[in-house]
Amino acid sequence: MSYAIEFNHLTKRFGNHTVLDDLNFNIHEGKITTILGFSGAGKSTVLKHILGIYHPTEGQVKVLGQDMEKMNEGQIREFRTNFGMVFQYAALFDSMTNFENVAFPMKEFTNYTKDEIEEKAIGLMTQVGLDEFAFHKLPSEISGGMRKRVGLARALALQPKVMLYDEPTTGLDPITTHMVDDLITSTHNHNAHLPMTSVIISHDIAATLRISDYVAFLEKGKTVVHAPVEEFRKSDHPVIKKFIELST
Amino acid sequence: MIKLLKSSIEWLGSWVMSITPALGRFTLYAISNFQWFFRPPIRKHLFFEQMVFMGNKSLFIVFLTSSFSGAVFAYQIYLGFTAFSVDSFVGPIVAIAVVKELAPVFTGLVVAGRCGAAMAAQIGSMKVTEQIDALEVMGVNSIQYLGVPRVFATVVTMPMLTGVFMLVANAGSWLVGVKLLGIDEAIYFAKLGDFMNLNMLVEGLIKAAVFGYLISIIGTYQGFAVKGGAEGVGRGTNMAVVWGMIIVLIMDFFLTAILAQILG
Repeated sequence: MSYAIEFNHLTKRFGNHTVLDDLNFNIHEGKITTILGFSGAGKSTVLKHILGIYHPTEGQVKVLGQDMEKMNEGQIREFRTNFGMVFQYAALFDSMTNFENVAFPMKEFTNYTKDEIEEKAIGLMTQVGLDEFAFHKLPSEISGGMRKRVGLARALALQPKVMLYDEPTTGLDPITTHMVDDLITSTHNHNAHLPMTSVIISHDIAATLRISDYVAFLEKGKTVVHAPVEEFRKSDHPVIKKFIELST
Repeated sequence: MIKLLKSSIEWLGSWVMSITPALGRFTLYAISNFQWFFRPPIRKHLFFEQMVFMGNKSLFIVFLTSSFSGAVFAYQIYLGFTAFSVDSFVGPIVAIAVVKELAPVFTGLVVAGRCGAAMAAQIGSMKVTEQIDALEVMGVNSIQYLGVPRVFATVVTMPMLTGVFMLVANAGSWLVGVKLLGIDEAIYFAKLGDFMNLNMLVEGLIKAAVFGYLISIIGTYQGFAVKGGAEGVGRGTNMAVVWGMIIVLIMDFFLTAILAQILG
């Protein structure tokens, strides 16, 4: 089994405050892994290390076999085209229509013609189930669930090898939460040929158990458990038991 | 006395300590903005979009400000000069003041209030809604995409708006001086020709470009520096306007002194 992301004794400190403490686990290529934990456990810090926004105080992060610490700024920017990121609140460009949002990465990073970009953008928006009437509307004119779909379509535009989801279901109603979960799974399966590795940052236990292949549970910057989802479900670690109990 | 001196030094020290990191971050941002200007890709459409945006935002107010400034300035000069029977100097006095000082400074204040604020608000709200993070994650440099076009567009557009100010203010002066107060039109223009020269115009336009750079670099920096939510955006917008206006007024003095040495 090969790994898409490797955390080797990753430690991150901000001043005297240790956010990540000797984090040591690997994310399997082609699988859906959820990084779970209480607020302040260091989940978002892990995400920023994957993206190369934060630099380790100690240890190493390897993504797709590459250590971003050894890259210059230009190489990191280019390398980031391997990532697709879906933000908690979609983070769509509010001055652009939904279509323009999805077309944006292709305009910036590919040599596609205008017609090719249009065709691919419409294909992506259809793939994520966006209604046609929403294509040329502004993000502010559509619902939160629709915006998630646009965000996902935009993230998929460059056929990323690693998809990152930052709290994708936080603040959504149960029906939209299920819709987003299904969308993550179908997107993952649809791009299995790449292969696509999906990493979800979440504290939604129900969604995690429903869609993940692996779960990494963080507490106070340390990995409590990193295991296949079935193993995680049966874990008798007191913190995880408490987390599951409180969440359900 | 020693106590007062000690507390003054303490206050000065803590003020310097508090302002230094912010000044450092601002300097680094200005350097980064300059460097990204020269790196590909050059997104021409963003420059033009920003120029159109600035024109739309500012042209009407510049027109309004300039017409009445020229008119009222001409009227005041006339009231003073007519007592000494030198009212024929109204034209050149107004023209020199407008071209060298009023046009770049007033246009700068208008642009700081309208566009500097808009830049900080736009970029700041993008920051708090993670749109800037989205750009960065895609591999697009946010300073190059958002900061550089705004700064370049302001540097180019400010002299244009200042040119409009000069023209309209002098038209206002002519209207009041010649048509309302009865100054002889031929003398009015003859005196203008006697006292005006090209260097005055160059001075005004150079000032405008420098003010444009300062207003936009402050406005965009305040946007990128926004922290927190809506309150942070409001604070950033406010800082962009206040510092933009202050810097225009302060730099006007230094630029006048420098350009007087260079242009005579």
